[in-house]
Amino acid sequence: MKEWRAEKLMPGALIPLGGTARWYKTGSWRSEHPVWNEETCKQCLICWIYCPDGAIKVKEGKVIGIDYDYCKGCGICEVECPPEAIKMAEGGEPDG
Amino acid sequence: MAKITGKIVAITGNAAVAQGMRQINPDVVAAYPITPQTDIAEEFATFVADGLVDTEYIAVESEHSAMSACLGAAAAGARVMTATSSQGLALMWEILYIASGMRFPIVMTNVNRCLSAPINIHCDHSDSMGARDSGWIQIYSESAQEAYDNIIQAVRIGEDEKVRLPVMVNMDGFIVSHSIERVELLEDESVKNFVGEYKPSFSLLDVEHPVTFGPFDGLGGFYFEHKLAQIEAMERSREVILRIGREFGALSGREYGFFEKYRLDDAEVAVIVLNSAAGTSKHTVDMMRREGHPVGVLKLRIFRPFPTRELCEALRHLRAVAVLDRATSPGTTGPLFGEVKAALYDLGKRPLVVNFIYGLGGREFKPEHIRCAFEALLEISKKGKVEKPLDYLGLKEVEVIS
Repeated sequence: MKEWRAEKLMPGALIPLGGTARWYKTGSWRSEHPVWNEETCKQCLICWIYCPDGAIKVKEGKVIGIDYDYCKGCGICEVECPPEAIKMAEGGEPDG
Repeated sequence: MAKITGKIVAITGNAAVAQGMRQINPDVVAAYPITPQTDIAEEFATFVADGLVDTEYIAVESEHSAMSACLGAAAAGARVMTATSSQGLALMWEILYIASGMRFPIVMTNVNRCLSAPINIHCDHSDSMGARDSGWIQIYSESAQEAYDNIIQAVRIGEDEKVRLPVMVNMDGFIVSHSIERVELLEDESVKNFVGEYKPSFSLLDVEHPVTFGPFDGLGGFYFEHKLAQIEAMERSREVILRIGREFGALSGREYGFFEKYRLDDAEVAVIVLNSAAGTSKHTVDMMRREGHPVGVLKLRIFRPFPTRELCEALRHLRAVAVLDRATSPGTTGPLFGEVKAALYDLGKRPLVVNFIYGLGGREFKPEHIRCAFEALLEISKKGKVEKPLDYLGLKEVEVIS
């Protein structure tokens, strides 16, 4: 058994850094993944507003894709997208 | 007679606590009123309104929010205090564990009151006993003076670098909270110097050194180890509680330890009590001593951490001990009894132990009740065995309405 050393731990499980959630890639939780169709997308940005994880990638006011590192696959974007440009597909792909 | 170092006033237990809080001058107080604690929140809010303290007073919509606001303020690096009672403490329950788990030295007065149902606003210890496993240091106070002295010490105990744990100071609802007593208040300056300035280890507002408070620590993490760190901090608090008790004694003439022994060393039988019942017990001991009975009292001040070793030393010479519980745990014995009995088990030669439940829902507790307990103890001592391990003091006859 390893020797217990309390002093190695930060008090109260504190992490002496900020913004650590960015390293915690919650995309691995996904069991379905959204597929975005650039052709049918009307750039209304409703998916970006509704996404609870900020996983809709936007550049210069336009949707450019899905951030699969953080998308948990909840499917809200599919439900909310007016032109049905986002469809959920089976499995956690595409990042493996 | 101890030297008088401050001002002698006639005030209630609640007012004494509010005065203590004024002198401590915490950075943030977030509190919600509940009988019988209300006067503390109310009087302290008056001090804030009158500019007598620098405290940010957060008026919240519930005790759940009160303790949550305390957490946020503590994370920001503030010295934080609050006060509650009964249902209020129950509503805080989940946040109590977060306060201790995040190692925030929040100081809270809990004015002991029973829990509903039936609805009742009067004293018993069900509220604080329900929170006994939440990782808070628990201090009990016999009088307004002790409640005042204890909250001042609590700040130093909780904030000590070896401890960094929240502290709950208990006193009996109405019996102490609403009774006017003689209280010696220290000079404002003495309290200010005694509590010193709080130096938090980390602050959420220190943007130059960003930190993450309260992160997820799941299966692959170190939850278990962090709990062990908390247990070790509680263990270290023992020495700190005694040190601060001595320091406070040097300042005020009133020294504090884990418990108070009253005519105990030459006693054959004794009762163990918390809070105001100790006064009634001591009075009864004086009466019975005059009749030649070898009776004594141990008034427990520190319930968490539980002073097992010291308690055993203080009780080992006795023939029989009665633990008086002002709380129940249906299906087993009173909470204090269970702990005292467990502590005594490791002694080779140990006193016989019995449990008396008393005073639930504020039921009056009189010298005649204590006398009942002592007479039972003297009988046990004579026979050398316990026939009734659990009994109740002060039950009424119930007339059946048909």
